[in-house]
Amino acid sequence: MARENNRPTNGGYLDFEQKVADFERQVEELRKLSAKKGIDYSVEIRRIEKDRIIELKRVYSNLTAWQTVQVARHPQRPLLRDYLNLMVKDFRELHGDRLFGDDRAIITGIGQIARNKVLIVGQDKGKTTKEKIVCNFGCPNPEGYRKALAKMRFAEKYGLPVVTLIDTPGAYPGVGAEERGQAQAIAVNLSEMSRLRVPVISICIGEGGSGGALGIAVGDRLAMLEFSYYSVISPEGCAAILWRDGSRAPDAAEALKLTSRDLYRLGLVDAIIPEPVGGAHRNVHDTVYNVETYVAKTLAQLQHVPIDELVESRYQKWRSLGSKATLQGPLAVERASRIATTSRPAAAKRDTSTARV
Amino acid sequence: MAMMGPSSTTMTKKPKATWNGFSLKPRKEMPEGLWVRCPGCEHMLYKSAVQKNLDVCPSCNHHFRIGATARIRYLVDEDTFQPILENMTSADPLDFQFRGTTYKDRIRADQEKSGAAEAMQIGKAFIKGRGVVLGVMEPDFLMGSMGAVVGEKFCVAVEKAIEESLPLVAVSCSGGARMHEGVVSLGQMAKTSAALARFNERKGLFISVLADPTTGGVTASFAMLGDVILAEPRALIAFAGPRTIAETIKIELPEGFQTAEFLMEHGFVDMIVDRKDLRSEIARLIDYTQK
Repeated sequence: MARENNRPTNGGYLDFEQKVADFERQVEELRKLSAKKGIDYSVEIRRIEKDRIIELKRVYSNLTAWQTVQVARHPQRPLLRDYLNLMVKDFRELHGDRLFGDDRAIITGIGQIARNKVLIVGQDKGKTTKEKIVCNFGCPNPEGYRKALAKMRFAEKYGLPVVTLIDTPGAYPGVGAEERGQAQAIAVNLSEMSRLRVPVISICIGEGGSGGALGIAVGDRLAMLEFSYYSVISPEGCAAILWRDGSRAPDAAEALKLTSRDLYRLGLVDAIIPEPVGGAHRNVHDTVYNVETYVAKTLAQLQHVPIDELVESRYQKWRSLGSKATLQGPLAVERASRIATTSRPAAAKRDTSTARV
Repeated sequence: MAMMGPSSTTMTKKPKATWNGFSLKPRKEMPEGLWVRCPGCEHMLYKSAVQKNLDVCPSCNHHFRIGATARIRYLVDEDTFQPILENMTSADPLDFQFRGTTYKDRIRADQEKSGAAEAMQIGKAFIKGRGVVLGVMEPDFLMGSMGAVVGEKFCVAVEKAIEESLPLVAVSCSGGARMHEGVVSLGQMAKTSAALARFNERKGLFISVLADPTTGGVTASFAMLGDVILAEPRALIAFAGPRTIAETIKIELPEGFQTAEFLMEHGFVDMIVDRKDLRSEIARLIDYTQK
């Protein structure tokens, strides 16, 4: 698919990182040279390193929406398994939805994050080709959502807070997924998560692809890593429909306001978790540490709130979403006056002969 | 019959088809829009005959797509629909622009085209004398997509139903979440589902009617959360549309894939109901569930 043109061309550098790549090549050459000839280039290396970091900061503080999408899809970006390995102590995976099977795109299990016993629900994309196929490239099937809900009910029963990590291009659009009720599985999750009687924290760590992401993201807090994205449709899909040209994805990405900064400004996410200089893929440990800090801090806040209050405020949080984006204002008035002056279309006319008794 | 005399042979003999001066095809100067071609059986039909038949093909039972106004007229007792939040429109939260035009322009154009203010109408009404809160989607307005207005209206309808202890009936007919409102639209899926969770806790009855087409974010939220889910015959009901699936997995899709019948076979729809029977089936469900 259109994913091919996002792949970094040379050694994991994205096309807007050329200068950074040059600096790193220079450092590499100097290191080789000093090893071969025994000359000390450490001053030069330090100078280039400094420039490299300045350049990285410059590039990453001005990423366009489309560049952010590329960073979020970077092949070396930390995935769910990195978080499980580095952040979760004593992780035990719990398999299966008890109905159909065990989806590998959604992983669920118990473990400790900063000494808090929690249930973790996360989407996994896989690193190697083999893993990617097993994980279905991070596209869950209905059984994944049903597994997530089953484990969340378990967590609710025993008062374990739920932490969900979102990283999916979207729920899988396949024949089997439709046959087994992809839409129904997601719908039930949205409804049930809204009244789950334990704290629920959701963090978008990479791709937040539409309903597939939302299906495990209805919680008390929704945070995003700085260079992740969260969108109602993939930029390629949006471009194909509205621009009638999939290659206009950069324009679509811009228009969709899918970056953490835009969404935070619009009040659609609660927090932005900073990434290390040059993005999460340049420093996995710091990224995971930042996420861990956020989870620990937020859990400490939420666990003090009485559960009825928490569920009520979660309901209000989602109930009020977009309420400000509606109006009885100018467009509505304009329309009313236009319709008053022109005749109503024929379809709107009341035809008593077809009215049924 | 067989005992009829010799004269019967001349009676049963079909008159030879001769040209009688009138073409069987509609002539070129025929007023536009008087005829419609049925997508189900390819017959040319008189538009007024189809309309009298509730926009259903009299020969093959194909259910035409209809706008919210016509739908309400076919569904509720005459003159009982009291609209709520009629004039609510979108505030364009993302300031969305595309291909040299804007979302605001698109809204204006579609308001003119469909005569509707937004992609859903809600209100109170009676169906065969039973009071209900009704929500009906408008397929001609941005493909009946769900944005902030549809989500808000749906939630207001749910709250009205809770407040007045009425059953809620929603007719879905939608292309899914509205791209032009980005994550605001996406959030409406959670918002409507959360409202229904509340409604459910208070033992409210929600009858979800799926009309052609019900896809994407609407299917994956309130449309699939009905206590009872009804569907019109042959309606397309999907999470991912057939084209998306065909493009992704590159196989030919089976015949009848994602139709109402397919969904019923796989256990996701309770009943397939002809448009003419919708009123009586809804009334029956209300009688069985409400005190």
